[in-house]
Amino acid sequence: MKQRTLVVVSAGLSQPSSTRLLADQLSAAAVTAAVERGIELQVRTIELRDLAHDITNHLLTGFPPIALKDALDAVEGADAVIAVSPIFTASYSGLFKSFFDVVDKDALVDKPVLIAATAGTARHSLALEHALRPLFGYLRAVVVPTSVFAASDDWGADSSDGFLQTRIVRGATELATEIDRREPATVTDPFALTVDFEDLLK
Amino acid sequence: MQFGIFSVSDITTDPTTGHTPSEAERIKNIVTIAKHAEEVGLDVFALGEHHNEPFFSSSPTTTLAYIAAQTEKLLLSTATTLITTNDPVKIAEDYAMLQHLSGGRVDLTMGRGNTGPVYPWFGKDIRAGIPLAIENYALLHKLWREHVVDWQGKFRTPLQSFTSTPRPLDDVPPFVWHGSIRSPEIAEQAAFYGDGFFANHIFWPASHTQRMVQLYRQRFAHYGHGDPDQAIVGLGGQVFMARNSQDAVKEFRPYFDNAPVYGHGPSLEDFTRETPLTVGSPQQVIDRTLGFREYVGDYQRQLFLMDHAGLPVKTVLEQLDLLGAEVVPVLRKEFAALKPAHVPDAPTHASLVAKKLATENKEEANA
Repeated sequence: MKQRTLVVVSAGLSQPSSTRLLADQLSAAAVTAAVERGIELQVRTIELRDLAHDITNHLLTGFPPIALKDALDAVEGADAVIAVSPIFTASYSGLFKSFFDVVDKDALVDKPVLIAATAGTARHSLALEHALRPLFGYLRAVVVPTSVFAASDDWGADSSDGFLQTRIVRGATELATEIDRREPATVTDPFALTVDFEDLLK
Repeated sequence: MQFGIFSVSDITTDPTTGHTPSEAERIKNIVTIAKHAEEVGLDVFALGEHHNEPFFSSSPTTTLAYIAAQTEKLLLSTATTLITTNDPVKIAEDYAMLQHLSGGRVDLTMGRGNTGPVYPWFGKDIRAGIPLAIENYALLHKLWREHVVDWQGKFRTPLQSFTSTPRPLDDVPPFVWHGSIRSPEIAEQAAFYGDGFFANHIFWPASHTQRMVQLYRQRFAHYGHGDPDQAIVGLGGQVFMARNSQDAVKEFRPYFDNAPVYGHGPSLEDFTRETPLTVGSPQQVIDRTLGFREYVGDYQRQLFLMDHAGLPVKTVLEQLDLLGAEVVPVLRKEFAALKPAHVPDAPTHASLVAKKLATENKEEANA
């Protein structure tokens, strides 16, 4: 089995949160879809709630505290990312955006990303397409075609085998396919010299 | 090893009294602080350069020359000289002049400046920060070493048959350090020329400073200036002291919480853990500072940030008293005992003149 890493970023605020619930279902489906392709996914889930103060401190001081640095390194080094935000006031939450504001602009280049969101009502569902997808497009991530939205309705008793599960499996499968067709992620050393000094002098 | 202080020249309201010093008051105080640095036995006073409020130090050579006139041994330096937005011709002229007036008591630390709006005021673009630093310094280096310069570059008017005056004192240019928080190109630049590398150190975790210094040392050796441990390294540091460490924490906290740059962000405790900031007794400062050597190796210059964040001048002078009386004498002794003989001290005008004479004598003997 090939070994790959998956980092799940969940921006839910309550504990437990429906955002984390969706994140867990997506990562479980991704693990299953990966196994079918001969890939063992090592999953790490990052709860942004735990990093909220660190994220603000990074914005203010320009450097990440240790726990946040560890999370940022994990995202950069991951073979794929699942990013899940609650929808607040018609878009991703501020905490979700602030986290991706401090992710290096090149950290997600060509990285498969599955985007997902939760909200109280289905009327928020297109926020995935008009907010999250362009955000990751800017970061030059490879966002899989299926995005997964879960409103309160989707968690109802009548819906457990309904459309949400279908979308989760479809999104996770697309993600696993993208992981399968790539070489393992490599991390650029920020201290490495990329040009010869003599060339800089020219 | 050299010890000193560096000032960023911020004019900040004292959060405990609400008092904001006037420019006149702050400028007068910086002279008092620099003179006191010499009185308590420190070696270096370095002054920042800014071209925006709330900073006063737009004209460092004026201030440093005034301080030079009132001190005898103090080495005057910069923290930093903006190599991007200043004309390198003017830097060559101004600092050679200061070198003459101060009797060779001057060196410089080059920095790029990270304040975006400043660049266009000087006709420059922050996105060209690295190329500006590289080209401008290459010209400055040449102006101090070649009498008549013909030169053409991308960022300034070409020079034909230009001589920068006054010539460096004794034909020995001031020693230069290059400061950078996160750009490997600048560590590389310092290594290429065999200049010093100064790690600001105060906003970033130790692991980061360690990597930058390591890169500089390796490249210093690569360019044939000596072994990696013979490269010339300077570090920033930030301390606040009281006899009893709890008193230091209590007194410094409001200044920390409201300070420019990191104020209203991490807690004092977090920042102390993750950066070199030390708030406590003189002994704690000694222990922490000696620890820097463990991750950067034997180094040549340690500067402390002392006057900032609205601290009253009286407090700053008391801090200097503690630094000079209780901390630096111990650090001098301990660092000297640890340093192997082949690791050089930071170059001074006297050592550079001696080196030049030795080279010339050798050439004559060979001729």
